Amino acid sequence: MGMPSFPKAAHDAVGDTTLRANLRHATHTIRDKRARAVAELDDWAALREAGKRIKDETLRRLDTYLVRLEAAVTAAGGTVHWAADAAEANRIVAALVRATGETEVVKVKSMATQEIRLNEHLEAEGIAAYETDLAELIVQLGEDRPSHILVPAIHRNRGEIRDIFKEKMGSWGRPAPEGLSDTPAELAEAARLHLREKFLRAKVGISGANFMVAETGTLVVVESEGNGRMCLTLPETLISVVGIEKVVPTWRDLEVFLQTLPRSSTAERMNPYTSMWTGTADEDGPRAFHLVLLDNGRTDALADEVGRQALRCIRCSACLNVCPVYERAGGHAYGSVYPGPIGAILTPQLRGTSSEIDASLPYASSLCGACYEVCPVAIDIPEVLVHLRERVAEEGGSGHRLEKAAIKAASWILDRPNVLAAGERLASATRKVHPKRLPGPGARQWSDHRDLPELPAEPFRDWWRKNRS
Amino acid sequence: MRVALFVTCVNDAVFPATGVATVRLLERLGVEVDFPAAQTCCGQPQFNTGYREETGPLVRRTVRAFEGYEYVVVPSGSCAAMVRHHYPSFGTEAAALGPRVYELTEFLVDVLGVTDVGAYFPHKVTYHPSCHGLRMLGLGERPRRLLEAVKGLELVELPGAEECCGFGGTFAVKNPDVSAAMGADKITNALSTGAEVLCGADNSCLLHLGGMLRRREDPLRALHLAEILASTEEEPWR
Repeated sequence: MGMPSFPKAAHDAVGDTTLRANLRHATHTIRDKRARAVAELDDWAALREAGKRIKDETLRRLDTYLVRLEAAVTAAGGTVHWAADAAEANRIVAALVRATGETEVVKVKSMATQEIRLNEHLEAEGIAAYETDLAELIVQLGEDRPSHILVPAIHRNRGEIRDIFKEKMGSWGRPAPEGLSDTPAELAEAARLHLREKFLRAKVGISGANFMVAETGTLVVVESEGNGRMCLTLPETLISVVGIEKVVPTWRDLEVFLQTLPRSSTAERMNPYTSMWTGTADEDGPRAFHLVLLDNGRTDALADEVGRQALRCIRCSACLNVCPVYERAGGHAYGSVYPGPIGAILTPQLRGTSSEIDASLPYASSLCGACYEVCPVAIDIPEVLVHLRERVAEEGGSGHRLEKAAIKAASWILDRPNVLAAGERLASATRKVHPKRLPGPGARQWSDHRDLPELPAEPFRDWWRKNRS
Repeated sequence: MRVALFVTCVNDAVFPATGVATVRLLERLGVEVDFPAAQTCCGQPQFNTGYREETGPLVRRTVRAFEGYEYVVVPSGSCAAMVRHHYPSFGTEAAALGPRVYELTEFLVDVLGVTDVGAYFPHKVTYHPSCHGLRMLGLGERPRRLLEAVKGLELVELPGAEECCGFGGTFAVKNPDVSAAMGADKITNALSTGAEVLCGADNSCLLHLGGMLRRREDPLRALHLAEILASTEEEPWR
């Protein structure tokens, strides 16, 4: 991927005081609101457990539910395509768009298509893809990358957004109005005018989906702006690209997530727009509907007994908003469309751990556990992080061979109390000559920011021997 | 009552005063304390860094060291959480230790049934609940109730108390910038309370925060909860 490792990418973000202030304000506001919205429900714990169980049951028999979904979608007039990886999914979508004869498409925010870099692929095929989610539009116009699951442009402030609109809207379609200010109302109106033109012109829409209901072949998108509904209803052809883990067996199961998702993500009791579509209908909505079911590493994750719980994720972003590491490092440092704690466990499973960035992600956490506490489907993120660290350490990539040797040496000493005691005694006896700052990897980084403690005159075990035994 | 003290490797080598304070406190409350010398480290640093195989011998050593004790008391929420939550994955013998291990405040409140331990500490104190004690053990109000009962002590609320301090074991070394940024924010919050002492129940967090405080030379020091609870009018602690 060529991305720098997490600590390197985080280094610059930590020093960017504007970014840190933006992130701190946004994440603290939403986390406090979320806590209040969740506290309103007296059955939250039961909902969380139900969501976990539904997802686990679905994942256990994923093949059955996907086949059921395919049958239902087909019966309702849709066409199902299976894509093993990003390249296959991109080929399928590009061919479907080309078959319509169109050279532009509108898109409702979809993480799956970002994951496979569909926009870049379509562009190479001469097809322009327009993002219509407001935050996605900001990211696309700014030639930027998303940094949050729910608020992809969380790292941008209003002034930056105004400048992006003024500079870039014109080359993509309707330009920004003269004298555009940075008030939210004016920015929203500029986006509305720009996008309305695209909605009315587009013949092809591309979407993701939050859920797919197997029993009826129904797809579901939840959103706040209504732009997604425009994409889903106005074009003649609708192509939905969805990860295979998004299936739920029944409408009854869906009910649980329609309660937990909005409260966890936007701290709302209910999201403003819930759009559902089932195949095609005469004289209403798209005349052709294609569902591209995306694997792209998901069955590999499914095969991992500990790691598979990451596939329960409903993309609410509650874990990002409580994560102290995300708050300081920002979303870009994670080098993936999936940032934050969930990204740290999902990305290395989808992409493997061979690149520098993917091998560093399992360590991008202090294991504080705040993410697990808020997760509406009870993904034990710290457990998966440690599990993935084992995988990375075993693979022995950059630095881990040295680390393993050091850990082995430490464990050897720690398994011999007499050797340990001798070492402690030596360290205590020489404490007056210990430097406050140390050389060497690890020790140097530690003492860049902190003083090492002054060692005691004697370790505890010597005190005990002299005073109590 | 007789208990085994699990002092932890960090306390043994770097913060023996916490172990001494724990012994004095427990003895003052009529508890007989043993220190099984075969103990070293619970294996958490190795385990959390991804070295499960290297953790095994330390788990077995710890389990053997505390064989036969009904109560094992440890002045660290983090090490208690390691034993209780992760030892079961190392076999049934290791799993059996978990229910017998008590973090210090759990032992005082739940087993001895005391919140007023007869301590005297005339200082303004703010309390940082370490993540593992807070979320993995669910210590809840136990540490605060113990501190509130200390004579002369003024307990002030720490803003953002439940946020991680940024230590995280090897996280502090592997992600030094993020770790330091988290620690700096924790210290800013602690200083805003006007407290003289930043108290915690885990010396690993205090190693990190105390190290930053020493670098900054602020009028705030980090101190383990056990040392505050061990302090009396007759024998004031430092």
